[in-house]
Amino acid sequence: MNKDGNEGFILKEDVKLMNEKMTRPEKEQVTFNKDRIAWRIGLNNFAKHLFFLSTVFAIVVLGILLYQIVVGSIGWLDWQFLTNNLSIFPEKAGIKGAIMGTLFLMMIVIPITLIIGVATAIYLEEYATEGRIQRIIKVNISNLASVPSVIFGLLGLTVFSRMLNLGPSILAGGLTMSLLVLPIVVVASQEALRSVPGFLREASYGMGADKWTTIWRVVLPISIPGIITGAILSISRAIGETAPLVVLGVPTLIMKIPTGIMDDFTVMPIQIYYWTLDTVLTPEYAYLASATIVVLLVTLFILNSVAIIIRNKFQKKF
Amino acid sequence: MRNLNGNKSKFVYQVKGLNLWYGDKQVLKDINMKVLENEITAIIGPSGCGKSTFVKTLNRMTDNIPIVRTEGEILYNSQDIFNSEMKVEELRTKVGMVFQKPNPFPKSIFENVVYGPKIHGIKSKKTLMEIAEQSLRGAALWEEVKDRLSDNAYGLSGGQQQRLCIARTMAVSPEVILMDEPTASLDPVATMKIEELMEDLKKEYTIIIVTHNMQQAARISDKTAFFLSGELIEFDKTNKVFGNPADKRTEDYITGRFG
Repeated sequence: MNKDGNEGFILKEDVKLMNEKMTRPEKEQVTFNKDRIAWRIGLNNFAKHLFFLSTVFAIVVLGILLYQIVVGSIGWLDWQFLTNNLSIFPEKAGIKGAIMGTLFLMMIVIPITLIIGVATAIYLEEYATEGRIQRIIKVNISNLASVPSVIFGLLGLTVFSRMLNLGPSILAGGLTMSLLVLPIVVVASQEALRSVPGFLREASYGMGADKWTTIWRVVLPISIPGIITGAILSISRAIGETAPLVVLGVPTLIMKIPTGIMDDFTVMPIQIYYWTLDTVLTPEYAYLASATIVVLLVTLFILNSVAIIIRNKFQKKF
Repeated sequence: MRNLNGNKSKFVYQVKGLNLWYGDKQVLKDINMKVLENEITAIIGPSGCGKSTFVKTLNRMTDNIPIVRTEGEILYNSQDIFNSEMKVEELRTKVGMVFQKPNPFPKSIFENVVYGPKIHGIKSKKTLMEIAEQSLRGAALWEEVKDRLSDNAYGLSGGQQQRLCIARTMAVSPEVILMDEPTASLDPVATMKIEELMEDLKKEYTIIIVTHNMQQAARISDKTAFFLSGELIEFDKTNKVFGNPADKRTEDYITGRFG
């Protein structure tokens, strides 16, 4: 009996025989089916365990990572660490500058990505006429989302830092980061808009509403949870991203806390990067890096939780 | 010409030589039809005969489908609705529509009813409340929902949702209400309620209703139009169409020989 799994459940031959109502020894047919079923059940068990192992692997890796980081940060992560300025003495060093840099960066990234991202999505989903050009744009926005971040860094360096002469300022960094995460917001918003059923739009048009009224009063209120979820996830990405800012030339040794968008700045991931590099000189920097990673992870964890809460709370069913 | 109320009546719609294509496929072929004020006109015919498309053309809901092309004239109160001076938003406030599947907004019952008045600029809470009550009474829903106007419309039953949609349409005070198989997704009790409601609505509105249900057409309508493969085969008083159809194909259809 063939057990390589390539055979169909019922052989063509069987169908033919059944169709012709030809009698076949019943016993033989039953044993054939039994073997197949045992084989299928075995395969299912094997698959189940394989998938379970894959899941365990991912969780174990995450566990090891978290354990190492948290253990490294113990004794170093305290209130002083969050509020102190940078220092060359590990005991005195704090990440206030990096935290403020991250906050300032978000003040640029959030409004720009939300406004441009949602506007783009509305145009593509609601206004643009179906056609080749619209399809090309849509596909390319999705492609843009997978462009490596370092390339966006080069774009930011050329356009914002050099051509517009913004240097490695918060504004230049914020604009670069906005470009990086914009495709994510656009794609998420497009999906949110698309999920609004057509019959609701029809209802609104049927009462003499124009397109914008319909979008503003019917489509957006329903799709806003999806849009916000996408926005929060993209902001998480921007907070954790390092490469584009390194390319822009954002320094780490900032003794001065930034006060405006034209100031030089640094952010948490860059702080982690340089501290890790400098462990060669001062081994204690490794602990500082760990402590910063904990702060960064907690921030991202909170943001992702908020996204999930919003998604669950405002989910509407039709 | 006099209508049922004895008033001198007018033609709300005059359709002249209407042709409509979906891409290359012709869906409506040379339709000529006149609709009198304060009458219920039923449109019957087998699936895919173009009856829904025809009704959607009457308030230009077909505008939203890019591949649709039309030819001919539809006069609404002697004004061509395809004329560039006719604003489609304005036409739709005069010609409301109730759809096959109840489609309330995921908002409160009150917000659903006052959606139309609100977008057309009425802001006063008092006026909106009056409109809401009037419309809900008109749609025979007031008694059932008056204590829970702020509840979500999706908590209502299918039949109530459909009456809410009718109330929502009435709140814009249209002249004509188009109904595209409004009872297709409802149970017999809810269907009966809507049919009773239509009898009342007739006094104030002109109703054009697409239906798959022959008994429904016979019960409620004054005139019946029979569509087949995009052509208007027969259009006459309902008694005549059902009692003594002029065309063999109409007779075959209403006696259930096909469709």
